Amino acid sequence: MKLKLISTVAALAILAPAAALAQDDTIKIGLMAPQEGVFTEPGNDGIRGFELALKKFNGEINGKKIEWVLGPTDATPDRAVREARKLIEQDQVDFIIGPLSGSEGLALRDYAKTIPGKTIINAASGALETTYVDPAPNFFRFHPDGAQWGYGLGSYVVNEKGWKKVATIAADYSFGYTNFMGFAVDFCKAGGEIVERFWLPLGSGDFASIIAALPYDVDAIYLGVGGTDAINFLNQYEQAGGDTNIIGGTIMVDQTVLTARGRAKEALIGTPSSGVQADDWQDENWQAYVKAYQEAFPDGLPTPSLFATNYYNSTMGALMALEAIDGELDDDQANFHAALSAVEMDTPNGHIKLDENRQAIGSVFITEVVEGDDGELYNTFKAKVDNVDQKLGMTKEEFDAIGLPSRDTPDCAALNP
Amino acid sequence: MSGFVQRNPIWTVIIAVLVAAFVWAVVAPWPPGMEAVVGRKQIFLNALFNGITLGALYFLVASGFTLIFGLMKNVNLAHGSLYLLGGYIGYEFAEATGSWLGAFVVSFVIVALLGIVLQYVVFRRMEGEDLRQTLVTIGISIVLADLMLWRWGSHSYQILSPDFLSGPTTLPLIAGVRGDGEIVYLRFPAVRIAILVASIVLGALMWLALNRTRIGMLIRAGVDDRDMLAASGVRIQYVFVLVFAFGAGLAGMAGIVGGTFQSVAAGEDMRFLLASLVVVIVGGMGSIFGAALGALLIGLAEQLGSVYAPTYSVVLTFLIMALVLAFRPQGLLGR
Repeated sequence: MKLKLISTVAALAILAPAAALAQDDTIKIGLMAPQEGVFTEPGNDGIRGFELALKKFNGEINGKKIEWVLGPTDATPDRAVREARKLIEQDQVDFIIGPLSGSEGLALRDYAKTIPGKTIINAASGALETTYVDPAPNFFRFHPDGAQWGYGLGSYVVNEKGWKKVATIAADYSFGYTNFMGFAVDFCKAGGEIVERFWLPLGSGDFASIIAALPYDVDAIYLGVGGTDAINFLNQYEQAGGDTNIIGGTIMVDQTVLTARGRAKEALIGTPSSGVQADDWQDENWQAYVKAYQEAFPDGLPTPSLFATNYYNSTMGALMALEAIDGELDDDQANFHAALSAVEMDTPNGHIKLDENRQAIGSVFITEVVEGDDGELYNTFKAKVDNVDQKLGMTKEEFDAIGLPSRDTPDCAALNP
Repeated sequence: MSGFVQRNPIWTVIIAVLVAAFVWAVVAPWPPGMEAVVGRKQIFLNALFNGITLGALYFLVASGFTLIFGLMKNVNLAHGSLYLLGGYIGYEFAEATGSWLGAFVVSFVIVALLGIVLQYVVFRRMEGEDLRQTLVTIGISIVLADLMLWRWGSHSYQILSPDFLSGPTTLPLIAGVRGDGEIVYLRFPAVRIAILVASIVLGALMWLALNRTRIGMLIRAGVDDRDMLAASGVRIQYVFVLVFAFGAGLAGMAGIVGGTFQSVAAGEDMRFLLASLVVVIVGGMGSIFGAALGALLIGLAEQLGSVYAPTYSVVLTFLIMALVLAFRPQGLLGR
């Protein structure tokens, strides 16, 4: 009995200050990033981007200290919802920055509708439907989606490289479809032909059979996988003696893959790709950002990955909105939502503003993988398109006619000129 | 054998026809009509061989797991961590010395030593307490995973295969016939063939050791009735330590194999723990042959599934497990 009493008192003593802290002069952020599974490395770099943005504001807004709690996920939607719920209900955070992966984002869009008085700011997840279909009013995305990331790559490989016949291999989930769609729409419009499409479950591990099933007579293969999947694929591709040209999906040629140990990544040299950044872009803002990243994280990647940049921009968007309202959140956070919608910013990788669905309109880069003097691989700048919107420059009717991204959408033949 | 033929003439014919059809499918070039329906023969052969090699990898991990369970009734949920640790150690050694084969020896020894420590310091103290052991092994796996994350980070590491095994090799199997009648032979990654052969040799050696040596006899006796073995004067703790060390070492070696044809990265420990659980559930807890059969089935299901039924390849392995649990809960070769 006595023991029970003591433990109750002890438990209260632990809980009490936590409850007090939640209201006082602090703003509490819940950060979500994968800490296991395929996207562990991207998740870690995302956290670096987040910390970099916090540092820019010296960790406070208008004298209010910013605290943060990590919600570790494994890039699956059910885990993401569980962690988000824990952050909101148990840790009592004011808003969430996250998640990283496409299907996690879809799950959190739906969860956001159940907590209208709170806010979710997407960190890096890139599925189209997250902000395009039935969007949640308190869900914001400060970076272009996966389809926007693919914009311009298709016509680039057709016109500059002369690759007109491709087979595609991409991850079998929302982001894989979306990122592929961005490439395919442009590619098919430029007159390209997709001979065969392969879809792989996230975290497959062994791709050797798919590699053997690739058709012989194509100009290139499009690879839309990421994280450890990308590394395993390249490794087995090299062992099987593959030597076709490669077109990279956005997360295929990211720094998180290019810095893997081993020689398999060498197959990527010369690979054209597209995304929201080019590692060696000579822009002043970008160079300053890369320098700040390198100084803050000597153990980090040589240059920030796409995930670091997206987490950084998303956090910057949130903090700028907080600054606009002096860090005073309404009970239902209506002022915060309005401030977030109004954010326009010059990010390290171009100008960002939000559309009516709270989805970013931003810049997209075409890049190619090259080997640096020190043997490190990076994406070199080739071209840049500004103000790419979610409908890829089409009208809503034209864009909806293509259909929502899936294994069979877009239909390539229908888009050919 | 002849008894089976006399008792089941119809089954014998069916099995013989199936085996003949399979051999024909592997050896003979496929007629164009069949290729139109099933796909190119090259794809089938590759998926088949990949499935078998993947099975070989699963066998390496699961055989240690199943031996430990069979003898000690200890579900070692830290087995995946031993696999991952072996992979990291192998990477470090191969990177430092350039010796891929040497890495196997080093990984085996170091991980086996860790196994001895685990068995001697931890599991010996909680013999026969299933729940406690399970919880402790989960705890150890979490601690090890975090320690490895601290040391090696969340990068992916790829262990380079030695030069004589890099790239593909040509097998004397017809993969297809080109339009002009030229025969195309199957090209297959050399390192996978080496690993497959090594696994078969290892499996055969394990079988010999278990069935033809005195220590193997002790282990088999221990699997059947541990208490009786102890009562007959055998110092069973030594047998336990030996088996645990050997099982752990095998997992460590498997880490190098996995790191060579996939990659070593944080999180792989859970993937391989799950794979070995599925394998031993399908094959039967405690049976080496069962582990081999289960590993082969799961490897084939994953690879053939990824080519012929990509949508369902994820559920296929669990479907097999569910079927086995429903109709033969002790596993295919379990007793």
